[in-house]
Amino acid sequence: MDRHLLSASDLSSDDAALVLDTAEEMRSVAERPIKKLPTLRGRTVVNLFFEDSTRTRISFEVAAKRLSADTINFTAKGSSVSKGESLKDTALTLQAIGADAVVVRHHDSGAPHRLAHAGWIDGSVVNAGDGTHEHPTQALLDAFTMRRHLGDLKGRRIVIVGDVLHSRVARSNALLLSTLGAEVTLVGPPTLLPVGVERWPVEISYDLDQALAKCDAVMMLRVQKERMNASYFPSAREYARRYGLDTRRMALLPEHAVVLHPGPMNRGMEITADVADAARSLIVEQVTNGVAIRMAVLYLLLSGAPPDSRLRDGGGLDGVENDHEPAIAGAAEEGAS
Amino acid sequence: MTESYLIRGAEPLGGGATDLLLRDGRIVEIGPGLDAADATVIAADGLVALPGLVDLHTHLREPGREDAETVTSGSAAAALGGFTAVHAMANTDPVADTAGVVEQVWNLGRDAGHCDVHPIGAVTVGLRGERLAELGAMADSAARVRVFSDDGKCVSDAVLMRRALEYVKAFDGVVAQHAQEPRLTEGAQMNEGELSGVLGLRGWPAVAEEAIIARDALLAGHVGSRLHVCHVSTAGSVEIVRWAKQKGWDITAEVTPHHLLLTDELAATYDPIYKVNPPLRTAEDVEALRGALADGTIDVVATDHAPHTVEDKECEWAAAAFGMLGLETALSIAQQTMVDAGRLDWAGVADRMSTRPARIGRLEGQGRPLAEGETANLVLYDPTVTRAIDPTESASLSRNTPYAGRELPGRVVATFLRGRPTVLDRKLA
Repeated sequence: MDRHLLSASDLSSDDAALVLDTAEEMRSVAERPIKKLPTLRGRTVVNLFFEDSTRTRISFEVAAKRLSADTINFTAKGSSVSKGESLKDTALTLQAIGADAVVVRHHDSGAPHRLAHAGWIDGSVVNAGDGTHEHPTQALLDAFTMRRHLGDLKGRRIVIVGDVLHSRVARSNALLLSTLGAEVTLVGPPTLLPVGVERWPVEISYDLDQALAKCDAVMMLRVQKERMNASYFPSAREYARRYGLDTRRMALLPEHAVVLHPGPMNRGMEITADVADAARSLIVEQVTNGVAIRMAVLYLLLSGAPPDSRLRDGGGLDGVENDHEPAIAGAAEEGAS
Repeated sequence: MTESYLIRGAEPLGGGATDLLLRDGRIVEIGPGLDAADATVIAADGLVALPGLVDLHTHLREPGREDAETVTSGSAAAALGGFTAVHAMANTDPVADTAGVVEQVWNLGRDAGHCDVHPIGAVTVGLRGERLAELGAMADSAARVRVFSDDGKCVSDAVLMRRALEYVKAFDGVVAQHAQEPRLTEGAQMNEGELSGVLGLRGWPAVAEEAIIARDALLAGHVGSRLHVCHVSTAGSVEIVRWAKQKGWDITAEVTPHHLLLTDELAATYDPIYKVNPPLRTAEDVEALRGALADGTIDVVATDHAPHTVEDKECEWAAAAFGMLGLETALSIAQQTMVDAGRLDWAGVADRMSTRPARIGRLEGQGRPLAEGETANLVLYDPTVTRAIDPTESASLSRNTPYAGRELPGRVVATFLRGRPTVLDRKLA
């Protein structure tokens, strides 16, 4: 794995499998009475949030704490240039206090990339969502959640529905799921699909009913009602009718298919309450798995073991019963082929 | 009487080596083996002599942003780039929309003495696109403004654009349009294409430029006015300009050095040093622009030299200012993309970077041939060397060159403004 996690495209299929397998082990930690590992004791993880996101911040914070890292929450709202300190000065401050990892959420696409590559800090940078670019740990937790229910994602059909244009979740998922061998279909009104999307490694459809009939998982994206003011769609009602997931549409899904949503949901807009609370909806489980994935990512970026040995011995998690070696070895072999 | 200079062994327009004698601001004699006991001899063997370059599109930032550039520093950078005249864009603070402001800029340029500084007047008051600025007053001022532009903003109102095109006919002016349909480019960050979608940066579609150029061409044709199109950046724009010229309409166009060389892929670095307006486009666009410059569809290379302070560039992409430096590297990029590529000879470069821009700006004594009796505005250029671009060496107060660390061919050795060296031995004289 690279030193940073900025984009789902940073992950090879080996890397992705390693993260997912490691998360599997981390998840078992959460089921113990004492949910804590000493692995990152003495390491400092900074949650640098330029944009409100309580759920993602808490998820990273819990993940870091369960690995015994020292965590610092740094919230800097508003444009960094117009108000307050610049991104560079913030970065230099974090460097000076000795941050080993910076988890950054930012309203501007590419801000984590700048942090990682401008030469301001030495630590690892984890993108916790940047503008309309990417949110790689969300994609990892989505893949992890689907894998737990569907098994290997190779050849699985996954439909992602909604505002792809403004969705960092959709970008990261399209990349990661393709890396993992899944067949991804993006569905939404043409106004909310980016220019050039036809050259992404995905299928495109404007017809949700058709796409649902043969899919293994459907992921609904949050759609802001305000988008209709910019004429992306005529009204919330029409959007919900054409692209929302209601019980009628859910009935079109194959028996085994699951429903995901990265949250926060607009109930009644892209998803109805009945669907959100249905048995096949994994929305709450996604949150649980988010902690395991973030533990895995922080562990793999910070544990200090050279990448080779990590791959070879499956991470050597202190205090974790390592009963997943076959899966990890399998992942390594897969990458070699 | 001013000092005389005898330039020995230079190659005018890249032709056969000869000597040029400059005296009293003029080229008084051209020929091999000249002799002038009183003249300072400049050894120019192997150097190409070109008429002094003329830039139609320079941001000098003064008044208002003297932390980024001043008329003095910017015109020094111009001289070092081989320019003997630049046109200073109107988007200063206060905006150059009155005779007072344009005369101030003109005076600052004259006092600095590095090159002629011709202010461009704003088309509309405060660049707000609402009503015409006092174009006639600026034309009649000491600055004798002939080029008018709201550059940085598009004169998007069709009626206002029509009136501006008509009005400037009274003093042989030209409207230089920054072609950018504002609604199609709200919040735009980079070229709209596959990459903008992947990077999550809001797209600046080619159609936003092309639609305005097409409309303006039709307007200019309709009212019989001169139109100049700033920084053409797309293959589609080239086609429209070509079509308009075939109609016989009086339309000229410019391309920047960076649009001749760089592509939108650089945005993948998220380094705002590559953020510019209009944005860097695709390799196909670059190829079309080079072709259009070669065949004359695009008339001139204009730098769009846009200095910005470090803090306006060392930040998030979306928070950064648009623009890049250009004066000191323009000729090198013309060499690399056009001369070395066999698409223009040095006479062609002189035409696109001196003759035609001077004609569009209605400048006297600039853009003239290297001939006896002409004003001695010329540049001596060494096309054989290669230089690594170091931003800290720039005469500009700003450092935002996209070529830092790159190797570019050629460098300016000397520049003469009316017979007086502004640059000698690669340094300001």
